Amino acid sequence: MEEKVIEIVQRYSGDKSYLVPILQDVQREFNYLPKDALFSVSAHLSVPISRVYEVVTFYKAFSLKPKGRNQLSLCMGTACHVRGAELIARNVEDFLGIKEGDTTADLEYSFETVGCLGACALGPVLVVNGEYHGHMNIAKSTKILKKLGKKVATDDEQD
Amino acid sequence: MVNLTIDNRKIEAEAGRTILEVARENGIVIPTLCTHESLEPTGSCRLCVVEAKQGKRTRIVTSCLYPVAEGLTVDTKSERVMNVRRLVLQLLLARCPESAQLKEMAAEMGVGAEPRFTPDKDNVKCILCRMCVRTCEKVVGVSAIGFSYRGTEKKVCTPFQEESATCIGCGACAYICPTGHIEMETTKTGDSRTIWGRTFKMATCTVCGRYFAPEDQLKYISRTADVPLENLAVCISCR
Ligand code: SF4
Ligand code: FES
Ligand code: FES
Repeated sequence: MEEKVIEIVQRYSGDKSYLVPILQDVQREFNYLPKDALFSVSAHLSVPISRVYEVVTFYKAFSLKPKGRNQLSLCMGTACHVRGAELIARNVEDFLGIKEGDTTADLEYSFETVGCLGACALGPVLVVNGEYHGHMNIAKSTKILKKLGKKVATDDEQD
Repeated sequence: MVNLTIDNRKIEAEAGRTILEVARENGIVIPTLCTHESLEPTGSCRLCVVEAKQGKRTRIVTSCLYPVAEGLTVDTKSERVMNVRRLVLQLLLARCPESAQLKEMAAEMGVGAEPRFTPDKDNVKCILCRMCVRTCEKVVGVSAIGFSYRGTEKKVCTPFQEESATCIGCGACAYICPTGHIEMETTKTGDSRTIWGRTFKMATCTVCGRYFAPEDQLKYISRTADVPLENLAVCISCR
């Protein structure tokens, strides 16, 4: 892990003003920000770990917990909200058996809600692994989830 | 040098200094929470507000940041100033109803709780002035603590909210905190103190035998100031 971090830090010539992009790269590498990786970033950039932790906990895009293989973000911005995003959120939560902001125990799915994605005309918007799906509704979200290969939550409990 | 008036007194002051500094030098009291001589002012508590009149324009400004200027007229106790100050204090008090320091200040200024502002129940006494974080970074040079999370969740803590390996237990953060948020506990005998969840062993003075500083702090000073640890074995009163 240390070596990977060193490599990323060197991509930015060890310049501490690139802390955020460095953390983004680290997160891309490990799918989240492991504690040890943050300590190496701190050591190799000479930025105190307390400052690194401030930045990591400030931005919602950073995660200290492992993220799922499939990442779902549902827009809860005003436009999407008034078009029923809330109901879609409940549906996704029920389907996956997790709450917004969490990851399934098998590390297959992460689900989060976000602010306006800037695609209001398409609202409600559900982003699945970086792909935007507009005019979302409950039925469509169920279909997408099923397509992702997830069995219905009740089936899952049996194994 | 510039000429200004504070509370109807003609004062001559060096340009570039703040209203607060000049007022204090002239014995004029302005209540503050977030200033300290060892830190740059940041204007986070807003308690130091005064009325500043330049030309025809009168504004409410934070005296700890506002520089004095030629012809400036300052009023530190006008009705308008007092209203703003009381409101600020009521808001801070609603956030930290348990803070003894804030309660005392409110009593002095005759400010009661404002029913419109529902008091927080989380027993957090922090007004998020960041003085502790800056002291740890700029004065002590350790940076063991920081502000983490954001919005209503924002708080001072050590990274991962765990014992910090860099903390030296000096207690400067607890000392500088204007509202008594940071807890530092010392045992009855004084042989150890606990701060930010970590317990520090205290060193004894080789002359008087009293516990006077955390061992880790002495080691840190020895390392950064490049003085042998033996030279730090005597407390201030015995030196
Ligand atoms: S703990 Fe005290 S010094 Fe630190 S930010 Fe809060 S009020 Fe300010
Ligand atoms: S509110 Fe959802 S994209 Fe703007
Ligand atoms: S002392 Fe000026 S804002 Fe706190």
